[in-house]
Amino acid sequence: MAPAEVGSRRVARRSRRLREAGLGYLLVLPALSVFGVFVFYPFFRNFKLALYQSPPYPGLPSHYVGLHQVGQVLTSSNFLQSLVTTFLFVVLVVPAGLLVGLFLAVVAHRKLRGIAAYRVIFSSTVVTSVAVSALVFYSLMNPVVGLLPWLGISPHPPVLESTTWALPAVAIMAVWQFIGLSFIIMSAGLQSISEEVLEAARVDGASNWTVFWRVTVPLLSPTLFFGVVVATIYAFQTFGQIDILIGYQNAAYEHVNVLVYNIYTTLVYGENSGRAAVMSIALFLITLVLTLLQLRFIERRVQYAR
Amino acid sequence: MGEIVFSGVTKRYGNTVAVDHVTLTVFDGELLVLLGPSGCGKTTLLRLVAGLEDLDEGEISIGGKIVNDVEPKDRDIAMVFQSYALYPHLTVAKNIEFPLRQRGIPHDERQRRVQDVMSRVGIAELAGRKPGQLSGGQRQRVALARAIVRDPQAFLMDEPLSNLDAALRVQTRADIVSLQQRLETTTLYVTHDQVEAMTMGHRIAVVNHGEIQQVSPPQDAYDRPANTFVAGFLGSPGMNLLPAALGEQGPDAGVPSLVVSGGTIPLTPELGAVARTAARFKAGVRPESLSVDPDGSLEASVVIVEALGAEALVICELPDHTQVVVRQDADRHRPGIGETLRIRVDPVGVHLFDAETGLRIEDR
Ligand SMILES: Nc1ncnc2c1ncn2[C@@H]1O[C@H](COP(=O)(O)OP(=O)(O)O)[C@@H](O)[C@H]1O
Ligand SMILES: [Mg+2]
Repeated sequence: MAPAEVGSRRVARRSRRLREAGLGYLLVLPALSVFGVFVFYPFFRNFKLALYQSPPYPGLPSHYVGLHQVGQVLTSSNFLQSLVTTFLFVVLVVPAGLLVGLFLAVVAHRKLRGIAAYRVIFSSTVVTSVAVSALVFYSLMNPVVGLLPWLGISPHPPVLESTTWALPAVAIMAVWQFIGLSFIIMSAGLQSISEEVLEAARVDGASNWTVFWRVTVPLLSPTLFFGVVVATIYAFQTFGQIDILIGYQNAAYEHVNVLVYNIYTTLVYGENSGRAAVMSIALFLITLVLTLLQLRFIERRVQYAR
Repeated sequence: MGEIVFSGVTKRYGNTVAVDHVTLTVFDGELLVLLGPSGCGKTTLLRLVAGLEDLDEGEISIGGKIVNDVEPKDRDIAMVFQSYALYPHLTVAKNIEFPLRQRGIPHDERQRRVQDVMSRVGIAELAGRKPGQLSGGQRQRVALARAIVRDPQAFLMDEPLSNLDAALRVQTRADIVSLQQRLETTTLYVTHDQVEAMTMGHRIAVVNHGEIQQVSPPQDAYDRPANTFVAGFLGSPGMNLLPAALGEQGPDAGVPSLVVSGGTIPLTPELGAVARTAARFKAGVRPESLSVDPDGSLEASVVIVEALGAEALVICELPDHTQVVVRQDADRHRPGIGETLRIRVDPVGVHLFDAETGLRIEDR
């Protein structure tokens, strides 16, 4: 081929590539603009809010204080207690949510008649609205007509007003709500495991128990770690359950005041947007760091070729 | 060491009968090859022995013990899966050690046996690798090593060579045979490849539609196929099968010949004698018993000629459109496509089968 010809071809290819790229950007533009308005703009605006201190009385102008209030907020007992509550909540929700999902996925993985119905039921909490399920749990935990009095247990104060039991109660509901997603994730993981590998283990002399722990679980580890990441983020962001089951007026409020809820109450009831913005950034960074750590860990621990 | 006995074994999947009243004995120490086309039920038979499927009817015993209700882990057999089914998360050494661990063999002996087996199948230097880092041939060897490491009652092998390239296949075939001879472990070996079956098996069991067609030493099955299926399946290409009727006296006084489309087929006096008992047959002739010859008794037209190097296959059509394959040496004159020619039939190479049942009609 003559050099000139090669050159002109290259030019043609480049202009075609440019045209394709242009079309690509055009096609993502609608999605990008929606994201821009509802995600990116608030995200960056939040950083600005963090630099302004809200006035002691609503209605007065807020004034620029730079990084001054960041340290203040992050060392305040309100924030630290909220942080502890959040981690406690994560610890209550993540392992339980994943284990229950795994258990149901294993049960539903068997080829039995009518098992498809169970698969639908188990995954249904994904599409159940938080408000509706919170009302159901609210009734179940009602001190008069709920499940506990029906069982003959009437704690005092009622579960949802108890400083000890309010958080576990919300966690139970959060776990329940997460089961659907957990079940779907675990089922997908199970389906990706070669049936023949499990059969090979059985022929090699392994009991069902051994097959599960020595073959299924190790092969499921990428799924399990993915589940941990998703569940952690989910737990960090749980809001609706807390707001509906407990709420700002509840005696136990302080004990379920996880970061997300704290941000909300600080903004809405405290009318302190500066403080809320700082806590938002803290929550964002915590989630980011945890996720990055988990992903690093996944790459290191769960690496094996097919 | 143990004998595997199937008696009246049937396995159904819904309406599909995957295994149909199979009665078969794999003798102690024997290498028996299950040969049949894809979907004929070979894998299902192996899985029944392994206990990975429950049977619907009949009994299977291993080493004299009926195992119908015995869990796979307690059957003391080793299986090489078609996909190899190695444990992806374990190293080669740990893969091979796995079955020993399950049997509670002490650590030191485990290590010794794993080392021993790895060097025997030539994968010692792969000990620390994971299956994902191995080639197909290496994986196959690991699967083999994992099977032989623990001296089971029987080996079950499901097309273990089907994922290897041709050269490696020939090599591994020989390795498996010599390994089996040394270990003298009862082996049920599944393949759809008749070359494997012919070269490896002490005996072969030809399977079709879940039924055993013939069990015999490989050469016997080739020389004296029990029915038209075996005749057509063994050999490449398989035996030519022509609808035939009993004809008038042939050239030898008193010996009848067969009338087929396009001419006649001569019979030996022995076959002529049994042929008188019926009127209609399937006549079977292997391609090597046919030759292109101006004095031949069959007329056919050439459809295509396939040159295979040392030999050529002349594929012809009789007037009734039955295809007939003639094998001839490559240096012979090659007929052109569409040409009409005559084919000589060697009477010694003629087999007779019942026209209805397809069963072989013996000439003795
Ligand atoms: N799990 C199964 N469910 C339904 N049908 C099956 C199943 N396994 C095998 N079959 C059917 O049983 C027959 C025999 O299959 P298989 O034993 O795998 O054949 P082969 O190994 O000889 O190719 C086939 O018709 C196949 O479709
Ligand atoms: Mg098969």
